Formats: sequence, C-alpha cells, structure tokens
Amino acid sequence: MSKRKSITGGLFIGATAFSAFLIIAIIILLLVVIIIGGKGTFSWEFLTAFPEDGMMKGGIFPAIYGTVLLVLIMSIAAVPFGTITALYLAEYAHEKSILAQTIRFAVRTLATVPSIIFGLFGLGFFIKFVGSGMDDVFLGGQLKWGQPNILWASLTMALLTLPVVIVSVEEAIRTVPREMREASLALGATKWETIKRIVIPGSRSGIMTGTILAVSRGAGEVAPILFTGAAYYLATLPTSVSDQFMNLGYHIYIMATQSANVDQTLPIQFATTMVLLLLTFTLNLAAVIIRAQLRRKAK
Amino acid sequence: MDNPKETSGFVFSKESLKKKFRLSEFLSEKIITGVAFLSIAIIVLIFFFVFRESLPIFSQQKAVVKVEHAEKQEQYGVAADSTQTNSSGQEQYGVTSNDTMMIEDQAREVDTVVHGSDRATAKSLLGKQWLPVSDNPRYGLIPLFVGTLKITLIAILFAAPIAILAALFSAAFAPYWLREIIKPAIELLAGFPSVVIGFFALMVMASFFQNLFGYDGRLNAFVGGVAMALAAIPIIFTITEDALTAVPKTYTEASLALGATRWQTALFVTLPAATPGIFAAILLGIGRIFGETMIALMATGNAAMIGINPFESVRTLAATIGAEMAEVVFGDTHYNVLFLIGALLFVFTFSLNAVAEFYVKGKLVKRFQGKQS
Repeated sequence: MSKRKSITGGLFIGATAFSAFLIIAIIILLLVVIIIGGKGTFSWEFLTAFPEDGMMKGGIFPAIYGTVLLVLIMSIAAVPFGTITALYLAEYAHEKSILAQTIRFAVRTLATVPSIIFGLFGLGFFIKFVGSGMDDVFLGGQLKWGQPNILWASLTMALLTLPVVIVSVEEAIRTVPREMREASLALGATKWETIKRIVIPGSRSGIMTGTILAVSRGAGEVAPILFTGAAYYLATLPTSVSDQFMNLGYHIYIMATQSANVDQTLPIQFATTMVLLLLTFTLNLAAVIIRAQLRRKAK
Repeated sequence: MDNPKETSGFVFSKESLKKKFRLSEFLSEKIITGVAFLSIAIIVLIFFFVFRESLPIFSQQKAVVKVEHAEKQEQYGVAADSTQTNSSGQEQYGVTSNDTMMIEDQAREVDTVVHGSDRATAKSLLGKQWLPVSDNPRYGLIPLFVGTLKITLIAILFAAPIAILAALFSAAFAPYWLREIIKPAIELLAGFPSVVIGFFALMVMASFFQNLFGYDGRLNAFVGGVAMALAAIPIIFTITEDALTAVPKTYTEASLALGATRWQTALFVTLPAATPGIFAAILLGIGRIFGETMIALMATGNAAMIGINPFESVRTLAATIGAEMAEVVFGDTHYNVLFLIGALLFVFTFSLNAVAEFYVKGKLVKRFQGKQS
C-alpha cells in the first residue's frame, strides 16, 4: 500500500510548521529590532554613567546597580529556602502524602499568581505590617521601615522567584543516582549526612540553574516593585537596605510612558531595553545549556 | 552501651535495632519540613493580607451613587477623542479624567445624594464608571472587567492556535534536531521580561498595526492583546507539548498500524487524547494574560471604556492596580478598592490553577490508565 499524499495532510503539517516558525521568527524579530534600536546609544559610558538633564541624557548606572542589588538580596532569601523546600519534596516527603501534595500545589499556585499581586502583598505585608510594626516597636513610631525600600522589594521578588528555584533544584536532586544514596547509607551515614555530602553536591548544577533562572526572572519583573521600592530617579546610589533604588525594567517603563519627552529619549529607551533583554537572555541561555547537560547526564 | 549483652560481642536485640535518636537528624528533618511549609504559608498570607486591606469597603456606610445614563454616553465620546492625540498610557488617563470632570460637574447638579463624599459601597462597585480621582469618585469595576475580558479574548485567540499547532509540530512532525531547537527557543521567549514585550508593543507593534489597519488610537486592546499573546504562547506551548508527548506510544502505533497517515494520527488520535492537557494549557495561559500588568500598562491605552470594538483603548484590572497604587493615599477608599481588585485577581487565577490542576489531571490519568489496562 503506497503512502497517499493528500492536500489536507500537507496543509495541516504546513500550518503546524508555520506556527512553530512564526514563534521563532517573532523571537528573532524582537531581539533584532531592540538591538538595532539600542546599539547606537550603547557604550561603556552608557553603562557606567549617571542619568543627566532630567534623564534626557547620560547613562543608566544607578538602574543597573539597583537591579543587581535587588537580585542579590532576593537570591540570598530565595535560594536557601527554595533549596530546602526542594530537599523536603525530593528526600523527605512521601510522594502520596497529603502534606507533600499540598506543598506542591502551593508551589504551583505561587508560580501562577500574577506578579502585581506580589506587589500588593509586599505593600500590605512587608511595608504596612512588618515595616510599620518594626517602626512602632523599635523606633517609637518614627518612619523608617514602614515605607518602600530595596529590602522589601527584594523580599517580595524572592517570593515570586521561590517556585523557580524549587522546581529546578528538585529536578536536579532527582538526577542524583539512587545507588549513591544507598552506598552512603550502607556505610553508616545518616540521612542528613547523606543529603549534606552526597545529594547537595550532586545537585549543585541544579541549584545553579535555579539561581540563574530566578535572577533572570527577578531582573526582568517590574510589577512587584512598582510600589515596594523602585524609584523614578535618585541622585545617589542606595547605601542601606532601607533606601529606595532604581531598576532597569522600571526605568524602561517610566521612560517609555511618563517621561517629559518620549521621542527625544527613544535611543536611551531602546538601549536600556537592549541591556535588560540581553541580560535576561544570556542568563536564560546559560540555564538552558546547563539544564540540557543535566538531562543528558540523567539519561 | 548500658546493655550488658552488647559488651560481650554484638548481639541483635530489639533494643539495638531501634533507630537511635540523633539531635542533628531530628533537627534537620524538622527544620526542612518547617521550611517546606513556607510555600503554603505564603499563599495563605497573600490571601489574608490582600483581602484584609480591601475589607474596609464593605464596612463603610452606604451612600447611593446615582449616575445619569445620558452623560455616560457623552463621556465615552470624549474619552475616545482624547485617546487619539496621546501616545502614552499614563498621560492618556489623566486627559480622560480631566475631560470627564466637566461632565461630572453637570452630573453633580442632578445627583444631590452624593455631596462629593468619598464612600464606595458594594453597590457602586458594580457601576459602569471608573473615576477614582474625581471630586465625586466612582469605583465601577464593570469597565475594568470588560477591558480585561476583551484583551484576554484577543490574546487567547492569537496565542492558543499558534501555540497548540506549534506544539503539535514539535511533538509529532519535527525531526529530533529541529525539536531540540524549537523547544529551548520558546523557553527563551518565556524568559523575556514582560516590560520588554510591552516596550516592543508600544514602540514597534503599535505603529505597525496602525499603518496596517489605519485606525486612530495608536494604543488599543488589539495591540495589547497581540503583545500579551507573546507572553502566553510559551506557557501554552510547553504544557501542550508535554501533554502531547505524554500520550502513550501504543495509541499512535495502533493508529499507524491501521493505515492512518502521520497527520491523521496526530490530528485524530494524539490531539484528542491530549485534550485535557491542552485545556489546562489554555487555562494557565488565560491566567497569565489576566494578571499581566506591564504589557497592559504600556500597550493598551488605559482608558476605561466599555465597548466591543477591539481597536478601542481598554484598561485592565491589573493595569489599574499598577498605575494607581503608587499615587493613592494609604487607607483611602481608592486604596481599598485597588486591593479588592487584587483580591479578585488572586481568587480568579487561584481557581483557574486549581481547575487545571485537579480536574484536568484527574481526567488525564483516568483516560490513559483506564484505556490501557
């Protein structure tokens, strides 16, 4: 029986292929348009200078500094907690137990909660509840912590990126061969010793992937920090965690929608977008490559 | 070793086989379990705190807000005109509310009940006007809901077919090497910050579509919807692809053995078998679009209007929170209403996720296991 070539079949396969390539084409188009628009303004000076003339000229150094600080504090909070939760799910929890399933559901829910809700939560919980509470107790009502700052913004962002870390680390923990755990236990090591000496070192690349993905997500999200700490313009860099900060994504948003002269600053906007896009793109690419190697190893 | 039996050579006893209590083991297990609870705690806390800040609305005294229908019609006309001259979302909003102020003065003459009070009631939340910063604030959520639904519909109409077809290509037709390019590439799209997609929509797509269709307002629901489709495509693609590859090989093999071609197998066997998974993918895609803030803020024009025209400006629920929260007075009615919107968004995405999780997964498992055994 010969294979029948039908027009419908050809059209259908063509449509699926077209859709796939359309998505790839849009990705490339987006990258190319942003890079072409931004590369004229992009320079070493652009990265290291402060904005001048009411942000009409100059560089974006404070925004880069603020973003790096944000993801740093965020990682310090999110990575340990995410790793420990992943350890629980992979090593301690019984797969079918209600507790484990509830935690899994909570993690997935956390991953789908809109980022603006985290912003509201950061405002309602960290600033209004924890921050104001700290002011009342320690400073006698003097306003210091009960207002937006980089600490609250980072912690808000940490909640958002927690599921990213958990999922990556758990996947890596599961690639650590069972035999290695059993060998360790057979030699008399306890469960915690096995985790400390065998499981965590074995899943180091997964913890790294999780951190990279979390950093990339944290660097790009704007909605959670809109009212938890990001500032429009600051003449000085933040020196303490109770300071406000500038941020790349927020800078793009402000410049593109609220700046005095949108057209005149267009090159700066494109260059800033290019910096943010290339930053997150490189981080994600690194994560994809590490993960691909990890999966190959698992097979 | 106070057991005398053990001193004279090792003897297994009930006592010696018992798990020894070690403080470090005990502590590590308890701490790890405790931290794992954090995810649940965060969900509960989000729910609690977002709702808590919105509660005062319901405890306030009732003030009936009457709004004249005739004036509403006029107002939309003005709002639509003002959108044409502006390109930035923020500015536009200001202009819209300025224009409506004039009409508002007229409205107040008719509307003697209100006296410029800043009281929102559960009833006025169902109003058709969102005018939170006027002398006579009105917090009608209907235009925001309409705007959000409109943009979700547009975005999902673009995203779902493209993402599902692409997933089908990747899962059923593409050779292995091509698949290894498509999947990571779309994962990379998932990593694009939404502010970048919003910027791209605002600067590039808005002008492109304006030239293509020749409409007046540069920023509108259509542009925002297409931009949001870009954000939703990776989610729908990934979950659909997973669902398609999870279909047992025996299905496709049986179909091919019966003489069906590859495309017939893909379309009539694999795709229907994965329907629950695809349904879940679409639900999660909707959740993503529903809560998307930055793209909505930058590309939709942000004027709260009710209408079915896709080339009209809209204001979504999430964008309203994002645009107005930074400027409101803490503890104000406006502040509480914004938190209420947040709580509604949270409940909505939470339910979507729960449906995708429990209903769909149960169905998928039953379908594959039930038919196989």
